[in-house]
Amino acid sequence: MTTTTLKEPVRGDSTGAAAPEQRRRPGRIRRIGLPYLLLLPALLLELLVHLVPMVIGIVMSFKELTQFYIRDWGTAPWTGFGNYKVSVDFDAPVGKALLHSFFVTVGFTLLSVGLCWLIGTTAAIYMQDNFRGRGLLRALFLVPYALPVYAAVITWVFMFQHDNGLVNHVLHDQLHITDKRSFWLIGDNSFWALLITHVWKGWPFAFLIVMAGLQNIPKELYEAAALDGAGMLQQIRRITLPSLRPVNQVLVLVLFLWTFNDFNTPYVLFGKAAPEAADLISVHIYQASFVTWNFGTGSAMSVLLLLFLLVVTGVYLVFTSRGRRTGDV
Amino acid sequence: MRSIRAAAVGAVTMSLALAATACGGGSSSGGGSNDSPKTLTYWASNQGASIAIDKKVLQPELDKFQKQTGIKVKLEVVPWSDLLNRILTATTSGQGPDVLNIGNTWSASLQATGALLPWDAKNFGKIGGKDRFVDSALGSTGAEGKDPAAVPLYSMAYALYYNKAIFADAGISKPPATWAELIADGKKIKAKGKSPLGAEGANVSENIHHVFVFAKQHGADFFTADGKPDFTNPKVVDAVKQYVDLMAKDKVIPTNDAEYAQNQSVSDFAKGKQAMLLWQSAAANLKSQGMSPDKYGIAPVPVQSGTPGTGAQTNSMVAGINLAVFKNTDNIDGATKFVKFMTSDAEQKVLNTAYSSIPPVKGAQSDATFNSASNAVLKQTLATSAAALPQVADESQFETAVGTAVKELFADAAAGRAVTTDSVKAKLEKAQQQMPTK
Repeated sequence: MTTTTLKEPVRGDSTGAAAPEQRRRPGRIRRIGLPYLLLLPALLLELLVHLVPMVIGIVMSFKELTQFYIRDWGTAPWTGFGNYKVSVDFDAPVGKALLHSFFVTVGFTLLSVGLCWLIGTTAAIYMQDNFRGRGLLRALFLVPYALPVYAAVITWVFMFQHDNGLVNHVLHDQLHITDKRSFWLIGDNSFWALLITHVWKGWPFAFLIVMAGLQNIPKELYEAAALDGAGMLQQIRRITLPSLRPVNQVLVLVLFLWTFNDFNTPYVLFGKAAPEAADLISVHIYQASFVTWNFGTGSAMSVLLLLFLLVVTGVYLVFTSRGRRTGDV
Repeated sequence: MRSIRAAAVGAVTMSLALAATACGGGSSSGGGSNDSPKTLTYWASNQGASIAIDKKVLQPELDKFQKQTGIKVKLEVVPWSDLLNRILTATTSGQGPDVLNIGNTWSASLQATGALLPWDAKNFGKIGGKDRFVDSALGSTGAEGKDPAAVPLYSMAYALYYNKAIFADAGISKPPATWAELIADGKKIKAKGKSPLGAEGANVSENIHHVFVFAKQHGADFFTADGKPDFTNPKVVDAVKQYVDLMAKDKVIPTNDAEYAQNQSVSDFAKGKQAMLLWQSAAANLKSQGMSPDKYGIAPVPVQSGTPGTGAQTNSMVAGINLAVFKNTDNIDGATKFVKFMTSDAEQKVLNTAYSSIPPVKGAQSDATFNSASNAVLKQTLATSAAALPQVADESQFETAVGTAVKELFADAAAGRAVTTDSVKAKLEKAQQQMPTK
C-alpha cells in the first residue's frame, strides 16, 4: 500500500516514467488480486453449501409450498407472512404445538448441556492424574462419541424396550425399584430416555475438549496453590475453572447449538411421530414439513429457529466476551 | 512466479467448475421424452423379507425384459422408511427414476403433486386396457374422477392369522368371526398364559389401516363426501375407541404392544408367544421368521356381527402396491413398455407368488396358484369386503395426524390412564386441527 502512495506523484510529474509504470501495473493487480483469487473457490463453496440453501429456505418460508406446488416451485403462490402467522399463533393448534415443542427443547437442552459439561469436566479432571490404565479409560470414554449415531441410539432403543429391555430388567426384575415395568419410549418417561441417551452420546465431546484445555494449565500453579494450602476443591475453583474459561465458552456454545438442533437422536429413538413429552423442535419441524408435505410452514419454523439461535448466540457471546475482557485486563 | 500462476489458474478453474455444477441441477424440464431409449431406472419397494430377497426376485425378471426389448433396467430397492421421502425429493428436484413403486394409499397425494404420468385411456391402451385390472385395486389409484396416477401391481388384504396349537390348547374350535367372539376367545387364551392379539401401537400406518376399517364397521368415514376431514364425528370416535379398547378395556392386546413399530408383533406371533395377528399377506414374512404354514390358520378379519361384506361389513383396507411412471422420464416409451411387462399375466404370476400377494390383474388372478386356502381368504376379502382408504390429496397428512393420535391413545392405555370417549375425541380434534385448512 505504501508503495502506491509513494509512486503516485512520480507518475504525475514525469511523462517518461508512465510507460514502464503501465507495464508494471498488471503485475501489481495480480499481486493484490492473487489472495482473493485463491480465496474464490472457498468462497464459492461456502456460498454453495451454506448461503444458497439458507436463502432458498428463507424464500420458501414466504411461499405456500404444499404438495400441489412442489413439482414446480415457481408456481407456488406467495403468502407473505402467512406461514409465520400460522407458526406463532399460539392459540391455534399449530402454533401451540410449536411452542410446546420449543419449551420441551429448551428444557432438554439446558439439562443435557449441563450434564454433558459436568460429567465431561469431572471425568477430565480425574483423568489428569497419572495412573495405570488411564489411556485405556480415556479411550473407553470416547467410545460413545466415536460410534455412529444410528448404531448407538438403536442400541438404546433395545435397552429401553418395555418387555425385553435391559433397563426394565435391571430396575424392575432385579432391583424391584418399580412395581411394574415402565414404558420408556412412549408417554412421559420418553423425555428421560431421550435425555439419558443424549447425555451418554454427548459428554465424551465435553470430556475431550476439557481434557485438551487442561493440558495448557501450567503445573506450577497447582504446586503453588498446594504450598499455600489449597485443597482439591479450592484448586479446581481458583485455578482449573478460571483457566478453562475460554475453552468452556466455546464448548458450552457448541454443545448448546448441537443439542438444540439435534435431529438424529430423537428420530432414531422415536421415529417420525415423537411422543409429546419428547417432541424436540427439529423433529417437530421435520414432521411439519416432510410428513405433512407443507414445506412453506416448515421453512418458516426453521427460519424462526435460526433467528432464535442467532439471538441466543449473539447475547451469549457479548456477555461472555465482555466478562472475559474485563477479567483479562 | 510460475507456481503462483499455476495456483491462480487452478483457483479459477475450480471456481468455474463449481459455478457450472451449481447451475447444473434442476435443468430438466417437465413432460417426458425419449432421449435415452435404452435404459430405465426402477425404484422397487421392499416387498420381501429383505432387500436382498427383493433383488433376487426382481433381477431375473428384469433380465427377461432386457432380452425382449433391449432396454436395460437399473434396479434400486428402496426401504419403506425412505420411499416417500425419496419420491418427494425426486418430485421437488425433477431428478428421479423412470418407473417406481408407490404404496397405493399415497396415490391421491402423489397425484396432486403432478409428478406422475396420468393413466388416461390412451396410456392404458398401451398396456392392454383398464379392463385387465380388478376393480377394487383400481379404486386405490388416485382421486375419483381423475385419471389414475398409477396402475395396480400387487394386491394385499388384511386377514386374521391364528396359531392352531394355541387355539387347540385353549379349547377354541374355530377362529372368531366377530369382535365379541375374539374378546371371549382372548380370555381363554390368556388363561393359558399366552397373549391373545398383537398390534403395532406405535406404527402410524398400521393404526390408520385398523381404525379405517373400524370406522367403516361403524358406518362412518374420516372424510366427508366432498373431501373434508370429519374426525370428530361421534361414530368415528366410537370406532377409534373400540380399537384402542382392545388394549384398554378388553385387554386382548398386551400393553407392551403400545410401543411396537418394527413388526415386533409379527415376531411374537411367529415365535408362538401370541395367538392371533391381524396382518396383510403375512405368509412370506412368517416363513422367513421360521413359522411353517401348517402351524397357523387364516380367517377373515372379524366384523361386528354377521359375515364380511360391503359397507358396515367391511373387514379390510385394499392394501397394495401401485406402479407409476415418473412424468419427467427421458424414456417414456420404454417406461410404458416396462409397465406393460410387469402387469402382464405371466409376470404377475411370478411376482405375486414370490411375495405371497394377490395379482390385481384378472387374467393372472384366476390362476390355480392363487387358489390355495390361504390365498382364498385374501382373494375373497379383496373381492367382496375390502374398501380403499380415502382417495383424497391430504391422505398422507391424515395418516400422520390420526395415526399419531391413535399411537398416543395406546400410550395412555399402556400407562394405565383411562381411555374415554372424551379423551379419544380430544385427540381426534387435535388431529383434525393439524390438517391443511384448504
